[in-house]
Amino acid sequence: MTKSQKKDLARIIIAGCMFAVLMILEHTGILPEIPAEGYNWLGLGMFLVPYTIIAYDVVISAVRNITRGQVFDENFLMLVATAGAFVVGEFSEGVAVMLFYQVGELFQSIAVNRSRASIRELMDIAPEFANIEKDGKLVQVDPDDVEVGSTIVVKPGEKIPLDGVVIKGESMVDTSSLTGESVPRKLRTGDEVISGCVNQNATLYVKTTKEFDDSTVAKILELVENAGSKKAKAEKFVTKFARVYTPIVVFAALAFFIIPSIITGDWFEWLQRACTFLVVSCPCALVISIPMGFFGGIGVASREGILIKGGNYLEAVADLETVVFDKTGTLTQGVFKITEIAPENGISEATLLETAAHAEQMSNHPIAESIKNAHTEAGGEIDLSAVTDAQEVSGHGIEAVLRGEKVLAGNAKLLNKHGVVFEEKESAGTICYVAKEGKYLGHIVISDVVKPEAKEAISELKDTGVKRTVMLTGDRKSAGEAVGKELGLDKVYTDLLPADKVGHVEDLLEESTQKGKLAFVGDGINDTPVLARSDIGFAMGGIGSDAAIEAADIVIMDDDIRKIAKTKRISKFTLSIIRQNIAIALIVKLGIIVLSIFGIANMWIAVFGDVGVAVICILNSMRILSRRKKY
Amino acid sequence: MKKKYILSEIDCANCAAKMEAAINKIDGVEEATINFMAQKLTIEADEERFDEIMEQVQKAIKKVEPACELQSK
Repeated sequence: MTKSQKKDLARIIIAGCMFAVLMILEHTGILPEIPAEGYNWLGLGMFLVPYTIIAYDVVISAVRNITRGQVFDENFLMLVATAGAFVVGEFSEGVAVMLFYQVGELFQSIAVNRSRASIRELMDIAPEFANIEKDGKLVQVDPDDVEVGSTIVVKPGEKIPLDGVVIKGESMVDTSSLTGESVPRKLRTGDEVISGCVNQNATLYVKTTKEFDDSTVAKILELVENAGSKKAKAEKFVTKFARVYTPIVVFAALAFFIIPSIITGDWFEWLQRACTFLVVSCPCALVISIPMGFFGGIGVASREGILIKGGNYLEAVADLETVVFDKTGTLTQGVFKITEIAPENGISEATLLETAAHAEQMSNHPIAESIKNAHTEAGGEIDLSAVTDAQEVSGHGIEAVLRGEKVLAGNAKLLNKHGVVFEEKESAGTICYVAKEGKYLGHIVISDVVKPEAKEAISELKDTGVKRTVMLTGDRKSAGEAVGKELGLDKVYTDLLPADKVGHVEDLLEESTQKGKLAFVGDGINDTPVLARSDIGFAMGGIGSDAAIEAADIVIMDDDIRKIAKTKRISKFTLSIIRQNIAIALIVKLGIIVLSIFGIANMWIAVFGDVGVAVICILNSMRILSRRKKY
Repeated sequence: MKKKYILSEIDCANCAAKMEAAINKIDGVEEATINFMAQKLTIEADEERFDEIMEQVQKAIKKVEPACELQSK
């Protein structure tokens, strides 16, 4: 509790005790009987003491706001309602309603602070200090004051304060607060480190490469904090609603007070009813629970390694209907690997690989690299002196002389050119055929490997109600379609130039239903225009990549594409909580308004309809945070 | 010029919305947003008149919620 909350609590307790004593006195007849004629001045005097204790700030604010031209605020309403009770001699009612109101306000204040604290806890990645070595001693300094190129020391258990490169030490690092990934990452000398991670078991010496403001952690914090400025439709609606609503309610209440009063002549009764009406119609519960809901949703997502740039995007994800993926680096790992080694009869895999690796030794083509890597990983060595002549035939492959024998490694065209007899294969990947001295040895298939979680990610998306999954790729038809089939995608467009992708996304947008949203998922490097054109742009692998953070609306910090479905689940839950809150607030308030018109609802119920409902809505919003594990 | 401030003692979301509307009406303010949950005011305003504008912002805030203080970050 804050200081002012403690003070309010003390006031409530003191006034409450005094009130209880007075009530006992009144009911046991110790207090003198209310005089049959004239005003009960004694009663007024006694009940005015607890009333002053509990209500003085309300009275002061009401008076001050009236002098400032803000008439119909909550304080004024509470003052009129309770003062009215005093005028007619219902002292206990006046004090009790004020007590109840203050208890409600205190609850609301505590609930708001609690939820602020738990959201802040979710985003607790800001480093408080950096250790710098000065004259042989470690000093703690503000990360803001560390210059680029300084050496900082990160002890076990501490947060890494700035981005940089490890220059000494080896340790496991917990990246979970940034990526949601619970498996720690191993860092060695020369590795890049990202601020916001927690160093786990050994001291690391890091040379900083960025200032604090440009560091990953500062960027993320800024992004999440600014998320509030891009307001969701629901949020904008409520702000507008409140602006129109308040004057309407005030005039309705005035009419409600004056017209029946003139007819019936019972001014006091209708003043009471009008005040009840005004108190219950305070829009605070509505106005508070919507930003709170979105903020909670964004907070939970950021804990899962999903950065959402605004409430509007979180809101849009709930209606996600079409998801368009880039292939390389998004659905696939973006690295070429040997997926098949198929030697002819009588030839071992090792021989085939060794021959190909030697032929390719001079080449730095990605395919050559992956063959050489596979060979060395399998324990083989490359004997540079064994190759006496190697020529790259562009668009075909390599012709080389290995230990005096002529070796061919390349596509079908190359082998056909030399009249080698072999069978051409169909494959999703790139095929490298190998021949020696005119004799076919076998082939090696090199492909971009599909991410292991990709299939699950697609089926999870379908489960959350995504209707179409589409892949766009610049790859050949056979390669693209094989991936599409393996993952169960609905549509695959291949052989695309980067510019074609925008056109396809536009076509898909046109085919979408009115309400359904389209998301594009890419690595944020070459697809900025597409990210911008789609309703929601997801960028993958955002860590340390400024381009991705800039271009996208939602950044997935690690490469896990299952998080798109997770984002949708968070979004749906957040929106359902917000809808519940709107429904609770409107139904309860409308109900009490109707009751107050007929004079059934008293001030107690009205105060509940105001602060009580606000507290219920705040507590309901907290479920977004507490449900965290099940998204 | 864009600057951020922390708003203390802001418990009422409706008040935050009122403040935001009032600040945006001040002459010279390009854009102001109040993040109720983060208790933060982000304001973009004419650089030459910034101090004068901030005084008016301060007044607008006090008018809605007298307990609310503006603290620079």
